[in-house]
Amino acid sequence: MANTRQITERTMHTLFFVVASASIVMLFMIMIFLFMEGIPIFNEVSVKAFIFGKYWYPTSEPPDFGILSLIVASLSVTLLSALISIPLGILTAIYIAEIASKRVSEIIKPMVELLSALPSVVIGFFGMVLVAPFLQNVFNIPTGLNLFNASLMLAFMSIPTICSLSEDAIHSVPNSLREASLALGATHLETILKVVVPASLSGISTAVILGMSRAIGETMVVLMVAGGAAFIPESIFDPVRPMPASIASEMAEAPFRGAHYHALFATGIVLFIFTFLFNIVADHIAYKYKQVGEATL
Amino acid sequence: MSKSVSSMQSRRNFLQKIVFNVFRLAALINGLALFIIIYFMIANGWKAINWTFLTQPPMDSMTKGGILPCIVGTLCLSIGAMLIALPIGVASAIYLNEYARPGPLIRVIRIGINNLAGIPSIVFGLFGLAFFVVWLEMGVSIIAGALTLGAMTVPVMIGSTEEALRAVPDTYREASLGLGATKWQTIYRVVLPTALPGILTGTILGISRAAGETAPIMFTAAVFFTPSLPVSIFDEVMALPYHIYVLATAGTEIEATRHLQYGTALVLIFLVLGMNLIAIIYRSRLRKRMQ
Repeated sequence: MANTRQITERTMHTLFFVVASASIVMLFMIMIFLFMEGIPIFNEVSVKAFIFGKYWYPTSEPPDFGILSLIVASLSVTLLSALISIPLGILTAIYIAEIASKRVSEIIKPMVELLSALPSVVIGFFGMVLVAPFLQNVFNIPTGLNLFNASLMLAFMSIPTICSLSEDAIHSVPNSLREASLALGATHLETILKVVVPASLSGISTAVILGMSRAIGETMVVLMVAGGAAFIPESIFDPVRPMPASIASEMAEAPFRGAHYHALFATGIVLFIFTFLFNIVADHIAYKYKQVGEATL
Repeated sequence: MSKSVSSMQSRRNFLQKIVFNVFRLAALINGLALFIIIYFMIANGWKAINWTFLTQPPMDSMTKGGILPCIVGTLCLSIGAMLIALPIGVASAIYLNEYARPGPLIRVIRIGINNLAGIPSIVFGLFGLAFFVVWLEMGVSIIAGALTLGAMTVPVMIGSTEEALRAVPDTYREASLGLGATKWQTIYRVVLPTALPGILTGTILGISRAAGETAPIMFTAAVFFTPSLPVSIFDEVMALPYHIYVLATAGTEIEATRHLQYGTALVLIFLVLGMNLIAIIYRSRLRKRMQ
């Protein structure tokens, strides 16, 4: 009797362990298949020419496979969107966690959550049909589908990530720190800026990195709103073609297992490496500065 | 002396008031963004929605008619994705929360999960194309799309299930173990039933997340147009998000079908936000009951 129970126990333990490893297996399989389909392009162009090549003309004869302009586009939309989303996300998080009354924060929190739940294609559509004509009129520019519009839309997609993760970090700051600061005569604001924020800085940094990682990998918004020109942008109102947009829009036309097809997978590898690095850094910060017991400044 | 102290005090309070209003403004901007997006979608989309729109397939090369195949396709894909992500997610969360001891092994698994969660949706699409569609020879089909979406939602399911498991008080576990139950019996009879409502909430959120995704299904499941509803899991389908994208960017008459685009977007928003709202309300009730 006890024996069967022990066997069941051990079986279940092993079973759960195997399933829990599925995530790692999937991660590896994604890498393997990306590389399997992407590496063949390097028979035609060198890694250096692929990454630093300025010309992306995959369908001309002979084709040019240089993704520098796509990388620059991805980085510039991500950075510009971060300039909007970081302050808004963190300020909102502080407001919810430290300033707002319970009733107010119970209204704002679900709103931020719903913002994150909006499908990306809807935000892209919104940017395309409503924001683009608006920008075109206000700034008197040739097209409203450009770097700035895409960054603005991306910002509102990464704000929820930044906000909710920062808020968690702020919540985990022990109350004794706040009380000590207030007891020393600091105002509420001084306590927030000089005690609470520094104490939760590692969590906030993780939130910012993950928010940016979400922005760089986001597809539909940049596909519909960024304009699609594969050139290195000179102003924030230039149309651009970030990596995900290029993959999404060209894959359907690329001949199966042709050079273009492999080049798009190789672009996927570059994108994957970017987000992978973002995530590893975020994970490292979160782990290294994990709060154990009382927080220290 | 006392005058300067009090003037400094009032300056500090004044500064605080100004800065707090900046914080408030930031929060307000987020709410406003949500409101504006939803407002414009409703204002422009509600006229397109009627019985025909919801129950007819597209007609006249997608310039008229309805979106029934898209609704059916999106339901098939998102529920299919959940059939895959739910068991894997729940079992992984049980291992992480109930069995695993802190150590390098669990750290590696967590890094794996975090990275899986961070992979861009378009990369999942590429993977789905290379693995499910081509290598496993499933072709562009519901099953390939559901598997791709499922892989993508696994981290979401793990996260929400873990939260539900953590909310189960340790005293429950101790009482069960104290009565002589084994670990598995404790999990199966005590922990899981208590965590079930939380897991259910996570499932609803997972379905809504899968329903709104476009990039992973572009190469694996969705097509511009199919005249009939899917009959097998190896059929290709239309899907709401992809339909919006196609009509808005690649259709023959982009301007003329604008009302259909708004209508489709509104249906998608209604579906996704509706599920989210249900989950949010349900969860806040649960939390109150727990306290």
